[in-house]
Amino acid sequence: MNSFLNAERPPVFCPGCTHERITHTLDQAFQDMGLVGHQVVIVSDIGCSGLFDTFFHTHAFHGLHGRALTYAAGLKMARPELKVVVTMGDGGQGIGGAHLLAACRRNLDLTLLILNNFNFGMTGGQFSATTPPDAQLGSGFLNQLERPLDICEVARSAGAPYVMRCSGFRKNLAEEIQRAIAYKGFSVMDIWGICPGRYTKKNRLTTKTIDDALAKLPPLEGMVAENTRPEYGQHYRKIAAVQKKAAKPAVIEAQYEAPQIGRQEVILLGSAGQRIITAGELLCIAGLTAGLKTTQKNEYNITVLRGPSISELILSPEKIDYTGIDMPSVVVALDQEGVDRRGNLFKHLAKDALIIQISGVTLPANKADIHRVDLKAQSIKRTDWALASLAVLAKLEKVLQPEMLEAALKIKFKGKTLTSSLDLIGRVEIGEWA
Amino acid sequence: MAYSLLEGNEAIARGAIAAGCNFFAGYPITPATTIYHSMLNLLPSAGGICLQGEDEIASIGFCLGASMAGMKVMTATSGPGISLYSENISFAVGSEIPIVIVDVQRLGPSTGSATRGADGDINFLRWGSSGGLPVIVLAPVDVNDCFTLTMHAFNLAEKFRCPVFIASNKEIGMTRENIDLDGLDLPEIISRTPAPLNRPFQPFQTDTGQTVPGFLSIGDNVLVRQISSTHDPHGYITTDPDEIARSQNRLKDKLLSAVDHFTFHEAFNMDNAATLLITYGVTARAAKAVYNQQCRQGNPISLLVLKTLWPVPEHLIRQVARTVKRIVVVEMNMGQYVREIKRILPEKQIDFLGQMDGRLITPAQITETIDSE
Repeated sequence: MNSFLNAERPPVFCPGCTHERITHTLDQAFQDMGLVGHQVVIVSDIGCSGLFDTFFHTHAFHGLHGRALTYAAGLKMARPELKVVVTMGDGGQGIGGAHLLAACRRNLDLTLLILNNFNFGMTGGQFSATTPPDAQLGSGFLNQLERPLDICEVARSAGAPYVMRCSGFRKNLAEEIQRAIAYKGFSVMDIWGICPGRYTKKNRLTTKTIDDALAKLPPLEGMVAENTRPEYGQHYRKIAAVQKKAAKPAVIEAQYEAPQIGRQEVILLGSAGQRIITAGELLCIAGLTAGLKTTQKNEYNITVLRGPSISELILSPEKIDYTGIDMPSVVVALDQEGVDRRGNLFKHLAKDALIIQISGVTLPANKADIHRVDLKAQSIKRTDWALASLAVLAKLEKVLQPEMLEAALKIKFKGKTLTSSLDLIGRVEIGEWA
Repeated sequence: MAYSLLEGNEAIARGAIAAGCNFFAGYPITPATTIYHSMLNLLPSAGGICLQGEDEIASIGFCLGASMAGMKVMTATSGPGISLYSENISFAVGSEIPIVIVDVQRLGPSTGSATRGADGDINFLRWGSSGGLPVIVLAPVDVNDCFTLTMHAFNLAEKFRCPVFIASNKEIGMTRENIDLDGLDLPEIISRTPAPLNRPFQPFQTDTGQTVPGFLSIGDNVLVRQISSTHDPHGYITTDPDEIARSQNRLKDKLLSAVDHFTFHEAFNMDNAATLLITYGVTARAAKAVYNQQCRQGNPISLLVLKTLWPVPEHLIRQVARTVKRIVVVEMNMGQYVREIKRILPEKQIDFLGQMDGRLITPAQITETIDSE
């Protein structure tokens, strides 16, 4: 077999670095698997482990520190046939911890080789997520204060179906790497090694002490039975293949005439949970059935079922530029929260503006025409008030006609929702002028 | 006339699909979330891929991986997410990875106000990644632009191998509006140019006169190297200052020298106008209302609505401004793009109207600024 190593770019690791050993072992594993270069991509990030992609004749993707697993996920989803091998250091596990957890939970068919040498070698031997507290390092006393991370236990808890902890000097390492790459799912190998440039300057670490330390930990030798499950990519493609094709947006023909000729501006002032935004959309659709241009601008807080909800609707025979409303022709006062939020607009309302005042809502002083409706007395649920108020407007022939609203409901809703909303707009009583 | 009713965000999603987007990854954030929802609705059933990353960094990371495997990719977020994208944005700039990035801007700074609009990221999009090399930023005004500019964004990302931003705004993205989908003026779809196969492939090689290297996908038969570090044409780290200078200049020139070919804008030029209004984004809608009103009243003004914000379309701005004495720049922020206008037109009187409180700038405010001279 031909070596995957790039003869023009031999490894440049410090003498005695375990990374160099793993470089040759990975080459051996590729060869033993009978792969060719273009079937493999090595994804690496920053630090000495990030040099790996340089030494191999494979596809290569070298990115930002700690993010290798994210690029690998995109590559694997795009090219399911590729063998995606990710090399990261212990530093990358710290900075990219969220990605490690997510990769374990996701179970995409990637192989993560963690070249764990217990420190940030390239930047001067600072402590990493795996540095023992008693180690002497370039970052002074700080490592004494933090507990090292057991990457393998974390990976197992997070759902990785294949986890192995081993020494970089393990005799059958090539075989083990091969087994991890061949595994159809997310496989993690935490490979412990020596950093002679930094770590072992002041700390004793040998193949023997590595073996001794590993022997004290519960063995993790690959498959994790309780985490075995379908591989993400295959699973994704299976479910995606049966997803219903998305519908094209409804094209709404002009078929009615709006009751007023000019531009109409309507503000719905309500609160979250009143389906204000849906009512606004229905009014826009109703406008389209009359051949009008229309915009819907909404305002609400980040809370979901609390706080004011406001929808500003413009229906106009002309193209609509500015989408805000300062002088509405119609204000629908559905809830005190919405009215209070826009309290300032009432004093400027024109004399011929119309306010639909739902019983229970108090209005600031104004000169507009007020039409009162008691929806509670009509046994209409609060969640239907916004729609009911559109029906009131339609029956008063303001902004829209009943048939425009009916057509909008038929475009927007189907089945039971359609039946019940048609029923609702049919039975709403229009109330009385104040 | 028959219209559909779409919000800007859905129009961006549909525009992306029309441009050939087949990979989307995002992370929920108001007011951009409905782009992700729309892509989830549109893509998987059409054979594409839509993913939710564990955070914004993962989302853009997925996209960069998929783009290098040959897919047309998009992600969408708001200001806080752009902050997290930053390091990967400079990766896409320096390593020439095509990607469309939508920023549905919300009121900042920081987590700011999730459901209030602003154009506060305009300079951040240009200058918010390490290295400071140019990027392309397009700014839609309405739902039609959301659709068509997104298509252009994909074309530009493919043509120039770079990130292209759509600088939207809550007030465009989450505003519904009538749209005639069949009547849109859509561009031809452009895809990245493959590298020639008749010579050994170098991932970042450009011939004389060529500013964008040919592309091959990771996963195809020819080996491809992608690298975030300073690299030579082969995609290996280089420390050669001449090599580095050539590459940096090419990355700059490939966009700056071409901006005249993608200067999207609307210009309403009145011969006898003394004042030119320059604006972009949702504020352009108030400005158009003012323009129409001023024309009706016999006090014409000129109006320039910029849709390509970066690189700055300097030729266009100089050309439109040449006959006016005074320029009024209106932005939904505390004064960002006005700096560019002042830089380009130092001889003109330049006044500024800005506001960043969650409210739209009104036509009345603009008129007042015009009249305040």
